[in-house]
Amino acid sequence: MTAVTKPAHTGSLRTRRLVGDALAHIFLAVMAIIWLVPIIWVFAESFNKNTAQNPPTFFPTEYTFNNYIRLFTDTSVLDFTSMFIRTLIIAIFVCALNVFFVLSVAYCMSRLRFRMRKPYMNFALVLGMFPGIMSVVAIYFILNALGLTGGGAQTMIALVIVYAAGSGASFYVMKGFMDTIPMSLDEAATLDGCTKWETFTKIIIPVTKPMIVYQAITGFLIPWLDFVLASVICRTQENYTVAVGMYQMLQKEYIADWYAAFAAAAVCVSIPIAVLFIFMQRFYQASMTGSVKG
Amino acid sequence: MANVAVAKDPKLTAAKKRAAKTGFHPSPYAVAKALTEGDLFTKASAVVLGLGNIVHKQYVKGAVFLLGEILFLYLFFTSGISCLAKLAYLGPVLKGSDGWDDDGNYVHIDATNSVRELLYAVAWIFLIAGFVLFWVAAVRSAYSAQVLTEKNGRAPTIIEDLKALLDSQIKGSLMALPTLGLITFTVLPITITVLLAFTDADHNHWPPFNWVGFETFAKVFDPNGSVAAGVNLGLFMKVLVWTLVWAFFATFLNFFLGMFMAMVILRKGTRLKGLWRTCFSMSIAVPQFVSLLVIHQMLTDQGILNTMLKDWGVIDTSLPFWTDSWWARVTVIVVNLWIGVPYTIMQITGILQNVPGELYEASEIDGANWWQTFTNITMPYILFVMTPYLITTFTSNVNNFNVIYFLSGGAPAAVGESAGDTDLLITWLYKLTVTKLDYNVGAVIGILTFIVLATVALITYRSSGSYKNEEGFR
Repeated sequence: MTAVTKPAHTGSLRTRRLVGDALAHIFLAVMAIIWLVPIIWVFAESFNKNTAQNPPTFFPTEYTFNNYIRLFTDTSVLDFTSMFIRTLIIAIFVCALNVFFVLSVAYCMSRLRFRMRKPYMNFALVLGMFPGIMSVVAIYFILNALGLTGGGAQTMIALVIVYAAGSGASFYVMKGFMDTIPMSLDEAATLDGCTKWETFTKIIIPVTKPMIVYQAITGFLIPWLDFVLASVICRTQENYTVAVGMYQMLQKEYIADWYAAFAAAAVCVSIPIAVLFIFMQRFYQASMTGSVKG
Repeated sequence: MANVAVAKDPKLTAAKKRAAKTGFHPSPYAVAKALTEGDLFTKASAVVLGLGNIVHKQYVKGAVFLLGEILFLYLFFTSGISCLAKLAYLGPVLKGSDGWDDDGNYVHIDATNSVRELLYAVAWIFLIAGFVLFWVAAVRSAYSAQVLTEKNGRAPTIIEDLKALLDSQIKGSLMALPTLGLITFTVLPITITVLLAFTDADHNHWPPFNWVGFETFAKVFDPNGSVAAGVNLGLFMKVLVWTLVWAFFATFLNFFLGMFMAMVILRKGTRLKGLWRTCFSMSIAVPQFVSLLVIHQMLTDQGILNTMLKDWGVIDTSLPFWTDSWWARVTVIVVNLWIGVPYTIMQITGILQNVPGELYEASEIDGANWWQTFTNITMPYILFVMTPYLITTFTSNVNNFNVIYFLSGGAPAAVGESAGDTDLLITWLYKLTVTKLDYNVGAVIGILTFIVLATVALITYRSSGSYKNEEGFR
């Protein structure tokens, strides 16, 4: 790589470049294999006919769909179908509330000027430095006092509230984006007789659209990816979300039976999330190029 | 520049100076002004909320303030005072028993649920703070009703007030719910957890527990504390040092490997750039807990990696990925690269494409070689842009619950010790509170984690280039 001495003639320069290219490609290929192997392995394992915990070969010797069928039909111990539906419902509500909360706070922080603005922003930063896990038990006690730990719908409501309540402090990315919208848009709207609410809904929200998609997907993913809060709040199996349920599948009591089913569950959860994620990436990049074109 | 001119103008008051600097104008209806310059009704509104509004024909608004006050005072005297009084002594009834109650009935008396008493008392303190804000709003509202009546002949009607909630007062309407959520489910739990650190709320003292002052802190810092107690100074220092070492390596190895790979992908001769990037970003799309649990399974004693290595005859006995301290420590750092490097590649690729082209042209004219260009242009630029990101990565690595909990679960742990050799403060905290039910020790660890994080963030951020000189590369 170092070009300290000047090459004597073009021939050696070309060989060196070829060697460099070859090395780079070999390096990338090895790395790519390392990165893809676990993903491919889970995918193959989910079709494994041999459901034992420790399969003897890397790739299954016989393939079957039974793991998927069992995952969605066996409701006796770990009812994956209802976990999936439960998490989906929670995710839809969290997504809506999260977007609304983040938009509201970001709008106030970015477009309005008031006395509590700076303190609120610093306050959100300091809150972020407390390890979130520290207070999960206290959150459970609060939900208990509010009568939201009874199981069933109560647990779902509790999870929606807790996930949504955290979004008031995660406005920074959205605020940063709104900061790039020229203030002249707001001023023009005010001159045209718009109230602040109309400015918010008719000017700021449409301009912020790519970022809203990003935020919506982030909000939608919270319940799918969270383990800690869910593990404390959903205490019994009939209340589990997908993350807690899948963690259970690998615990001593279940692993012998559920190993291949876990792989199938991993594929079922990963595919929609991966699709959303790739989709989100596009919108995130689009929003990073700026809000107002031209 | 405008700020300097404003600051030098002696005629401007302090308030106006602040207004010019921060861009907002303080309300003309401050409480102090209301209480000194308001008329009799306005002043009386400080005691009977809403009186000023009612006098100035704002009946609905006045009624809301008055009813709010009555409701608050009623609740405060019927339950608030008794809730607050219990704060002094949290667990008066240590053991449930049968006995005579105050009315002379023979009943079962439960042991005190101390955490509920603590929760109610703290909630009442929050409610009182909320009422103070309500009171301020009421007094200011009364004063504004008075001033506006004097000026316009009438105070705004309820319709106008409601319309203002969507216009000039929109910050209140929009911020109310998110802030309420933040206070109830972030600030209140943190307050309670911090208070638990000063009690003896552990698996032996539950549900009734009591204040013990700094005893729990002393227990954590006790060099001679028994292992059976769950904590002592040695264990705490071990976990703290490992947390910092882990965060350091996890952050910087990620950064350098990610940067190296991003540069290899970006270099001129590399083909199929898009394909490589897709390969490496696949792992981001898989939920972390899934990929981590899978990798944990692959690396167990009977896992697929050991099985295959044995089949190939490379090893005779399983590699002790999760059973030997140093193997486990290195393994979690290496696996964390698998998780983290794709993010770094994405970030650095974006940054490298933004390096101002003229910098490279200038260095080429000056005859700089590849290494000089890298150390003098590329690296400073990346560091400048990435410093805040590196700090947040460091703090999130200190708090990286997922990687440790799902990957090693803290293992290997010596028999009877509450923290394993790969446990971070955060996973230790989780085990202490959720598994061992030692809430007070967990709370102390949480507070100490916060102190470590805040210190690191403050020091590094203040000494970083992007803080001292925001426009270095503009």
